Amino acid sequence: MQNANKGWNELLPGAVVFPLETEGTKSLDLHQEERTYTDNSSYTLSVAHWRTEKPVHNVEHCINCYFCWVYCPDSSILVRDEKMTGVDYKHCKGCGVCADVCPTNPKSLIMFQDFVTKEEAISQWPAKEKKEKKA
Amino acid sequence: MAKVYELQDVEVWDGNVAASHALRQAQIDVMAAYPITPSTPIVQDYGTFVGNGYVDGEFVLVESEHAAMSGCVGAAAAGGRVATATSSQGLALMVEVLYQASGMRLPIVLNLVNRALAAPLNIHGDHSDMYLCRDAGWIQLCTCNPQEAYDFNLMAFKIAEDYDVRVPTIVNQDGFLSSHTAQNVRPLSDEEAYKFIGDYKVKNALLDFSKPVTYGVQAEEDWHYEHKAQLHAAIMNSMPVIERVFKEFKDKTGREYKPVMSYDMDDADVAIFAIGTTAESARVAAKAMREQGIKAGVVTIHVLRPFPYEQVGEALKNAKAVAIMDKSSPAGAMGAMFNEVSAAIYQIAKNNRPLLSNYVYGLGERDLTQNDIRKIYKELAENVKAGKLTHNIQQWICLRGKEMGFH
Repeated sequence: MQNANKGWNELLPGAVVFPLETEGTKSLDLHQEERTYTDNSSYTLSVAHWRTEKPVHNVEHCINCYFCWVYCPDSSILVRDEKMTGVDYKHCKGCGVCADVCPTNPKSLIMFQDFVTKEEAISQWPAKEKKEKKA
Repeated sequence: MAKVYELQDVEVWDGNVAASHALRQAQIDVMAAYPITPSTPIVQDYGTFVGNGYVDGEFVLVESEHAAMSGCVGAAAAGGRVATATSSQGLALMVEVLYQASGMRLPIVLNLVNRALAAPLNIHGDHSDMYLCRDAGWIQLCTCNPQEAYDFNLMAFKIAEDYDVRVPTIVNQDGFLSSHTAQNVRPLSDEEAYKFIGDYKVKNALLDFSKPVTYGVQAEEDWHYEHKAQLHAAIMNSMPVIERVFKEFKDKTGREYKPVMSYDMDDADVAIFAIGTTAESARVAAKAMREQGIKAGVVTIHVLRPFPYEQVGEALKNAKAVAIMDKSSPAGAMGAMFNEVSAAIYQIAKNNRPLLSNYVYGLGERDLTQNDIRKIYKELAENVKAGKLTHNIQQWICLRGKEMGFH
């Protein structure tokens, strides 16, 4: 941690954090990845170290419905230019809501163990489920 | 622009009216409040001032005291001067947010009109609520009458908002005995009062969009301890600012306050330590005792947090016997003031330490008469004569039923 050597007398009073390096109003029109966040901001720091399972995104099946984006409690679904582009693993806690609400067949977001690589995950992706005909 | 309120040189105000005028004169930006007896008139009067155009700020009525203090925290973090008032159960519901306010170093001023805590339900005065938030990280000022309730409210803003302090501040006054007792009060004019307090000094305002800030961050075992240490140090080190503000107030009004006030203590053999209106009653009793040949004195504090450790010890070290009075049930221990004052005396008076005893009294506003206080002085004089305590260290006085004492 950057501040590991700081003492109590060097901390900002009130346990406040200034998330931006630059003037605030100038960041308003920028996307998050274009802003200059401070090292202490929760954008820069990982707050996902307790995750055990992660959602993997498979772009082949995704229809960009943004259900996952709407439901994600940690704003960890990345969307740019009207396309779902992946998952922000620095903030995703692995709750699985995105995979649960994904409506495609097969799902475009599936939970895997955190250590499984994306390539491994994609190679194990299930096939389309056949709908059972009603009797 | 708020209208000027024409005031007489001497007004007949009770402690609540005095406090509400001080809040009006401070021109606070936001009051979020949920009225409760006996502090209700502070909020009520302030609402009248708002309605009649004497206040420019926002007056937010909320659904609970928890919400009241939460509103104050939000408004203070946003960057405004903020105050509210409460008592007893209201304070109890606020306590969680008191810790938020102090941890975020928001200089809110809280008028705490002291009242007992249920059960059994009781609307009258004792110091249970004052003691309840003792460790909440607020500066606590104590007053003995309506004039002081007014004066200390003006000073509270100046202390809390000082850049070297930035700690929320409570102004205590006794429920009913101060809050509902009309006395002569000499206020400052609106202009003088505001000039004394000064404009609000902004620090890390949430509404400063040029420098966005996060309040209420999480700090686990890695940083929590350091932040608490910093708050503690800020309170411990606030005494020079408090004393400077007392001095500035004296220069302006001629009214002199010190963190520790001593009355008839120069040659006192027996002394009472008490907080709030009890100190005034004890001053009357001490004078009566002196007519009977008992050299009696009184010590009280205007500053409970930071606790004026050395000054309390210095004030009492030469007495031969000291009664330390607690107007709150310690519920299974010696009284909190007994513990703190005793420790101060023990450290400061290296030898010839006075005989110390603890009197619990006045819970739910059980009367403490002049006779009761004289009896305490007489017991202390007996102790001095015997060279030891002639009774239990802790006694519950003015109690119906079998005598109660411990240790």
